[in-house]
Amino acid sequence: MKSVELHNRLTKLLLKSFTFLLIFAFSMSSYSQDIDEARQKEGKKLFKSLCASCHKLDKKLIGPALSGIEERRENDWLKAWIKNNAELRASGDRDAIAVFEEYKGSNMTAFPQLSDKNVDDILYYTTVGEIKKKVAVADNATSGASSGEAPGWLIYILASAIIVAFLMIASLLKQVNELKGNTAPGESSNLKRDLHELWAGLKRNTFLKVLTTIFLMLIGAYVFFGTLFKVGVDEGYQPIQPIAFSHKIHAGDNKIDCQYCHSSAKHSKTSGIPSVNVCMNCHKNISEVADDTVVELEDGIVLGKEELDLEIAKVYKAAGWDADNLEYTGETSPIKWVRVHNLPDFVYFNHSQHVTVAGLECQKCHGPVEEMEELYQHSPLTMGWCIDCHKETKVDLKGNDYYKKIHEDLAKKYNVDQVTISQLGGKECGKCHY
Amino acid sequence: MASDKKYWQSVEELKGSSIVETLSENEFVEEIPTDQFLGDKETLENSSTSRRDFLKYVGFTTAAASLAACEGPVRKSIPYVVKPDDVTLGVADWYATSMADGYDFANVLVKTREGRPIQIMPNKEANGTTSARVQAAVLSLYDEKLRLKEPTKGGEAISWADADKEVKAKLSELKEANKSVVLLTGSMASPSTDKIIEGFIAANPNAKHVVYDAVSESGAADAFMAMYGKRALPNYHLDKAKTIVSFGADFLGDFHGGLEKSYVAGRKSETGHMSYHVQVESNMSLTGANSDKRVVVKPSDQVFALLNLYNAVTGANVPSKATSVDSTVKKLASDLKKSGSKGVVLTGLNDKNAQLIALAINKALNSEIIDINNTLNIRQGNDAEVSQLISDMKSGKVAGLISYNVDPIYSLSNSSDFSEGLKKLELSVALSTENNETVNASNFVLPTPHFLESWGDAQFDSVTYGLMQPTIQPLFNTRQVQDALLNWSGDATKYYDYLKSFATTNILGGSSWNKALHNGFFTKEVVNSEANLAEVSISDAAAKLSSSAKKASGFELNLYTKTGLGDGKQANNPWLQEFPDPITRASWDNYLMMSMADARELGFSNPVKDNGAIDGDYAKVSVNGKEVVVPVMVQPGQAIGSVGLALGYGKTFGLNEEMQVGVNAYPLYTNGNNIQYGVTVEKVSGTHKFACTQVQKTIAGRHDILKVASLKQVTSNADPKHTWNKPAFVSYDHNEVEAKTIDLWDEHNREIGHHFNLSIDLTSCTGCGACVVACHAENNVPVVGKKEVRVGRDMHWLRIDRYYSSEIATREEAKAQGLSGGDLYKAIETEAENPEVTFQPMMCQHCNHAPCETVCPVAATSHGRQGQNQMAYNRCVGTRYCANNCPYRVRRFNWFNYSNNNEFDFNMNNEYGKMVLNPDVVVRSRGVMEKCSMCIQMTQATILKAKKEGRAVNTDEFETACSSACTTGAMVFGDINNKEDKVAALVEDKKAYGVLDYLQTKPNVIYQVKVKNTNEA
Repeated sequence: MKSVELHNRLTKLLLKSFTFLLIFAFSMSSYSQDIDEARQKEGKKLFKSLCASCHKLDKKLIGPALSGIEERRENDWLKAWIKNNAELRASGDRDAIAVFEEYKGSNMTAFPQLSDKNVDDILYYTTVGEIKKKVAVADNATSGASSGEAPGWLIYILASAIIVAFLMIASLLKQVNELKGNTAPGESSNLKRDLHELWAGLKRNTFLKVLTTIFLMLIGAYVFFGTLFKVGVDEGYQPIQPIAFSHKIHAGDNKIDCQYCHSSAKHSKTSGIPSVNVCMNCHKNISEVADDTVVELEDGIVLGKEELDLEIAKVYKAAGWDADNLEYTGETSPIKWVRVHNLPDFVYFNHSQHVTVAGLECQKCHGPVEEMEELYQHSPLTMGWCIDCHKETKVDLKGNDYYKKIHEDLAKKYNVDQVTISQLGGKECGKCHY
Repeated sequence: MASDKKYWQSVEELKGSSIVETLSENEFVEEIPTDQFLGDKETLENSSTSRRDFLKYVGFTTAAASLAACEGPVRKSIPYVVKPDDVTLGVADWYATSMADGYDFANVLVKTREGRPIQIMPNKEANGTTSARVQAAVLSLYDEKLRLKEPTKGGEAISWADADKEVKAKLSELKEANKSVVLLTGSMASPSTDKIIEGFIAANPNAKHVVYDAVSESGAADAFMAMYGKRALPNYHLDKAKTIVSFGADFLGDFHGGLEKSYVAGRKSETGHMSYHVQVESNMSLTGANSDKRVVVKPSDQVFALLNLYNAVTGANVPSKATSVDSTVKKLASDLKKSGSKGVVLTGLNDKNAQLIALAINKALNSEIIDINNTLNIRQGNDAEVSQLISDMKSGKVAGLISYNVDPIYSLSNSSDFSEGLKKLELSVALSTENNETVNASNFVLPTPHFLESWGDAQFDSVTYGLMQPTIQPLFNTRQVQDALLNWSGDATKYYDYLKSFATTNILGGSSWNKALHNGFFTKEVVNSEANLAEVSISDAAAKLSSSAKKASGFELNLYTKTGLGDGKQANNPWLQEFPDPITRASWDNYLMMSMADARELGFSNPVKDNGAIDGDYAKVSVNGKEVVVPVMVQPGQAIGSVGLALGYGKTFGLNEEMQVGVNAYPLYTNGNNIQYGVTVEKVSGTHKFACTQVQKTIAGRHDILKVASLKQVTSNADPKHTWNKPAFVSYDHNEVEAKTIDLWDEHNREIGHHFNLSIDLTSCTGCGACVVACHAENNVPVVGKKEVRVGRDMHWLRIDRYYSSEIATREEAKAQGLSGGDLYKAIETEAENPEVTFQPMMCQHCNHAPCETVCPVAATSHGRQGQNQMAYNRCVGTRYCANNCPYRVRRFNWFNYSNNNEFDFNMNNEYGKMVLNPDVVVRSRGVMEKCSMCIQMTQATILKAKKEGRAVNTDEFETACSSACTTGAMVFGDINNKEDKVAALVEDKKAYGVLDYLQTKPNVIYQVKVKNTNEA
């Protein structure tokens, strides 16, 4: 195993149950405001799709913060401005020109397609803001996480329960025996005597002796080699990263394609850890997470909005982005990610062969990344694991002219419809070791 | 010419030395030194370590090692902050650029990975060629030890702004006082830089530009100037030549930058056109080794032979002297006359008069081979101006010196005069990429970038305008010389903008700048300049030449440059130091080459030690009152009465300790003349240890490793199978049968998919060794150092074997000379004073029936379906059985960890040097066997590219590092299952043969019989 901090599963479990209890206890408080939820939802939808790239509710972005805008401006003026601000300015409206100049002449898109109701919905949303639903969120998070966790600790608990039960039965039996008067209390128990006899018998019986020795040796060898074979196999390796980046939020909830960030996977041997400028494509506009976002790390640490916004700030620091003045300072500091999937130097692995040519899903080797709050190594990445797949997988070579002739010839040779990768030569040493 | 020829690799072998015989039996030349320890009873008994202790230590270390291995290191991945658009991690980018370092000039392609150049290949579209030195130049980029890192003044760091201010102030002060300033550079062949220098001189009328080449071809340039009114070198289209006569011109080496491409193009037996090449020389040069006939004469006789040839061709009667080879010269004259305009004469004597004679002969022949219009600009050095400069510096006439990438203190014969003059200067500025003695003695030291970090242009001949572009961000705080000169001439233009506008307005003529930059070159029209013919008195020249040659006395020294180090600019490059000389097979040294007769007389020898290494005696060589002590290498084919010594060695200033090898021969290089008369050679005490691989990889008496035929045989209708390319026969069931009819192994069907073959044409291979260095770069082959090479532990995956064979080669020839019985055999096998030379690149033969594969106990080496013999390093346990069972001796064992090991302080032991490593190939660790993989990483990459594009692999798309580095086309790689591939036809060619074919290993490396033009009717 790697010498990095690993998450303690027990503490995590305890913490999780504790938070669950706490949240459950306080879950009685309910909605505070009287809000037209449907209208808010409609307004939010429009806001997210049309306005959010330049506006935030509580913070200046490219345009001004819009929370409470209805209190600051007349409704009619707002409608005119939103639908076509250039026209409004051309008409000589002083406020409009002032706003335009305040924002250094950046042009706001005109939205003539919006109806008055649409605009009102948007404005309603800017006024009421987000609806807070603490209970539901917390509940989801807890149950979701614990269900995926069961086997590891369950086995220990079950095992200890069985042992305890066994001991209890044993002592009960002993008492029963004593009560029956088979033996006087204080004398050596039946059990003990039986064990003695068994041992004596064993010592006498050579066949049993040999058999037991062989059995023990086999177990010993099994354990020994099992341990050795695990050396350097880092399945489940989950180091703490410098930024609490959640694949679940990005690839799972927001359904960002893996290759949007890991763009070299289709061209190159490496999948490529995205450079910070790729993060900034979106995070230039997303400086904070939604209020109800929660990231649950393995060791029970729950990151809420406050913590997660700080994580985004780390991205800004790396990119040298000044979030207040919305400009790059040029003072960059590259992020030092901890590499999760490590292959030894003597193995040549090429992502593009598997992604572009074979058309594999990333999840085939990397597991359910879209469900991982914190990335871990899903597969053992051992040679046996590679070879197993190469032996079994039949290659879909249709539409690739490279394989046309070679596949035809090989199919004839092996008398199959579809050849496996190893029949194509994917099991030769030199294909991966050079 | 048939197979009775005796091939031999060293003089000792010819003598029948028992050591050589023993060595040829052993796979590893050195015994494992068990006896040293176990044999010494006393040591064993007195040892404080008992057997029990030993076992304890073993147990403890094993346990500790396994415990340590349980914890993997934490690896960090640090992505770019802003990824450049044109970089895809893990995918190589190629840039076309040009190399011009003052001695080596080439249009090249540079492979970069993640912004680091890792390999240089010839730009074949621009007709570019690479030599071993050009290939190795990528490593010199990362020379952390020698590269200058920041501007300094008097040893103290200074900012660029301050340096500029002070230099400019001093320059204007000197201008006011009208004191002379000299700009001293090497040949740059850069039109834009010439223009900038013009501008600098216009701004500083007291300035003058002097071009200094350490190894000069001043004589040739001066002669051309005298005859054709233009100071340049003529070009030679040797591909069209019928008869080539060269008087010591090493044109496959460094003469005129190397003409190997056109030479080899004119020697294709399959087209029926093959030039007849006669080399008249004293040293055994690469060119002489490749010639059809080698005439061995000492340098003064070379001069007379040249004059005699002139007389015989033109019918003139210039003063000369009879030589021992006059009958040959007469024959040559008639051959040349018969060839008429297809004949050409070249001479390597750096003497204006000798060059004039050669030009006059070519003129008399009306030679079309010599091209006086498309001239070469790569050797502009002017010896006369340089010696004038030195006397002016001493007399105080010159007050300022700006030098750029030259090191006169190391490379001048009168360097003490230069250093003395340098001290008197008011302003000394050294612009240099690397640190050297001259830089150290200058006041201002301004670092310039390596050519791989620079913008620029280079025009080597009159047709190809090459562009230079950076392939990496500058590693150190450097600035280009052009920027400095622009700044000092008061021009604020950046050099990049200057270059772009210069090229667009003067060269490209409306063609796109981006396209030219992408291609790396632009082809111009040749402008004929014949109008400028000057009248030169040849008889005058001949008289002067002959009278100076008549003064010859004592030994005659022929100074030359080696294929590896050249003029010594890259002396700190471990790849080049370890590169074995093609002729002597010695690395890490220069030496005095001496003929066998002279050596016998003076008592020099090269005894072979039992570890396969050879030793040498020291000689004191004195010329013009200057003395050097050098080890002697007895060289077959060296002219009696002459000795040879390579320039470029013995550099010490700033170099890594391991690289400070050899002897500096520049002090003997008086007036830039490569021939020095009146040399005395005297044996002095001491034994020199050479690192020479020639005896270590002997062929153990296995014949048929080489096949040589004459042009007449090859072009005749005779069946090659019964004449000049006989297959091997073996005894089977008491019958002689052709070896290929029986087999130990089962045959595999190799018709599905790819089947890679490499064809090596021994006629086209000049032995230049570019492939050897390309293999180093591509496959992360480690450098092991002089000591390890000496004991035969060199790691070269690809070596070029050099075989000598005797002049009287066959019984018939011997009989014709009236020999019989014992004398006949003696004559055949006699140690030849002038042997024929054959080069044979040797690497893993990728046998389909590989002897190594069957003996590996762990199946670490196995055969791929595509024909490659694969080596899984991680599986290898180092039994070395495979190497023992390999008949070709191409497997290399990692005796040590060669990376991150202070004992091997070469490029793999420092952070900069490691940047040259190819990330697609693993760096092997101690205890594993390695060998040529037939560049499986390259063939796999080609296949993957095709797969990704959804197409079949294109014809001739497969390449290996050696085949793409080979500019003569001797090595052709490809897929024989694609019948369109060039190699498919070559494998079936009548000249094709497999080495040691009687073993029936069925190699996938195929050789083509070497063809010599014996000039028979």
